[in-house]
Amino acid sequence: MVAIAVAAGITTPLTFPLFPGFRRSSRSSQLRMSQKAGHGVITGKFELRPPPYPLDALEPHMSRSTFEYHWGKHHRAYVDNLNKQIAGTELTGKTLEDVIVATYNSGNLLPPFNNAAQVWNHDFFWESMKPGGGGKPSGEILDLINRDFGSFEEFAKEFKTAAATQFGSGWAWLVYKDKDKKLAVVQSPNAVNPLVLDQVPLLTVDVWEVINQKFSVVHSLRR
Amino acid sequence: MSLSSCGSSSICSLSSGILVANDPSSKLSKRRFTPSISQPGWKQRRDSSDNNRGVSKVFGYYGLKSPPYKLDALEPYMSQRTLEVHWGLHHRGYVEALNKQLEKNDSLYGCTMDELIKVLYNNGNPFPEFNDAAQVWNHDFFWESMQPGGGDMPTLGLLQQIEKDFGSFTNFKEKFTEAALTLFGSGWVWLVLKREAKCLAIIKTSNSINPLVWNDIPITSLDMWEHAYYLDYRNDKAKYVNTFMNHLVSWNAAAVRMVRAQAFVNLGEPKIPVA
Repeated sequence: MVAIAVAAGITTPLTFPLFPGFRRSSRSSQLRMSQKAGHGVITGKFELRPPPYPLDALEPHMSRSTFEYHWGKHHRAYVDNLNKQIAGTELTGKTLEDVIVATYNSGNLLPPFNNAAQVWNHDFFWESMKPGGGGKPSGEILDLINRDFGSFEEFAKEFKTAAATQFGSGWAWLVYKDKDKKLAVVQSPNAVNPLVLDQVPLLTVDVWEVINQKFSVVHSLRR
Repeated sequence: MSLSSCGSSSICSLSSGILVANDPSSKLSKRRFTPSISQPGWKQRRDSSDNNRGVSKVFGYYGLKSPPYKLDALEPYMSQRTLEVHWGLHHRGYVEALNKQLEKNDSLYGCTMDELIKVLYNNGNPFPEFNDAAQVWNHDFFWESMQPGGGDMPTLGLLQQIEKDFGSFTNFKEKFTEAALTLFGSGWVWLVLKREAKCLAIIKTSNSINPLVWNDIPITSLDMWEHAYYLDYRNDKAKYVNTFMNHLVSWNAAAVRMVRAQAFVNLGEPKIPVA
């Protein structure tokens, strides 16, 4: 049982071709620039962004205690560790997306990648859900889903399968593939996300085991 | 797909639950096996051509091996609940998935678990069955790598070898812990005896990979998948790893494996008698 909702973050209607500015750099991280008086040193630090709803807003599908751990401990740890790793390097001052792409290094991952990508992934994940979510999309997204998957039910099936079959830790995504100009469902391991594959993420679900432990214990083992 | 014969497996271990006859001359194929019938417990496969009289087919399956202790024996370091979920649901799930997959592909029958894993790994291009087979093996190995009243230190030869290859036991413990804490995503940490280099080493692997695929000999292991520690330790991985080292790891099991490993890897200088 996965709580899926239409991405709350997308407010503009999808018009094609998607403008490059879609990767809004200010959206996903609060880059705080501070200037030490008299030294002219600018340091950028990423901050832990709260989900766009209170921690108990998704009960009973996702509990407050899950949020307290998943967001309050895991997500926070990724942010703190990322800041530690990039302090004093040329990655400070970059946007989160730029850090991710730079440290992805065409597949030859540099150490900050895992933390940076996981910060972004979780920001995106919280925004992919909302209280009273689920159901079906409407408007342009529904048209596109129907066009590229056949029907919403087909898409939902494919999405759930992708989530359930990701071995080990990872994510399942609904993306827009600019190359093929169509929507697709993809899965990614560990911290990898579609930004590094030049795809535009629209929706995601976290299938690291930590998020599923609750499901597996409370509901059944089926992811 | 063509597979090499399983018969001459150098690491011989009982796969969970069934005895497998190692017939050196038999090649794996879709045809039936004809091992010596005197092998106890061997479940023989028959072609449908034998079954005109309505006798049902017999298949060999892997079974779920129980840990060598009761499910609450590792309390309070690893709770009964964890064992129930980790062994009873996850490990069982892997066994059942593997059996389902093997049903469709009978050319894989007859392998010991070790050989099955190597064959399915396919030199880095694994077949779909690999994950389940490897995870079954990994978990069998993991349960046996722990014991109630575990922890403490190894003794005798194993301790000597650890001190030789790591400097000191403390250093080994540190390196092992570091490997466990720096593993990203799901995976395992292993103490292995490397065949070529003839020394102990610590390696970490992702998802279901294990050292058998590189022909190294595992001595002990730690499961770093989140399902192994999350119920008891949540996100406090360091506490989990330390608890494992101090209270759970079975150096007895490790010593036995070390002794067995030395049948295949010569660790010492050859003692040439002087006349």
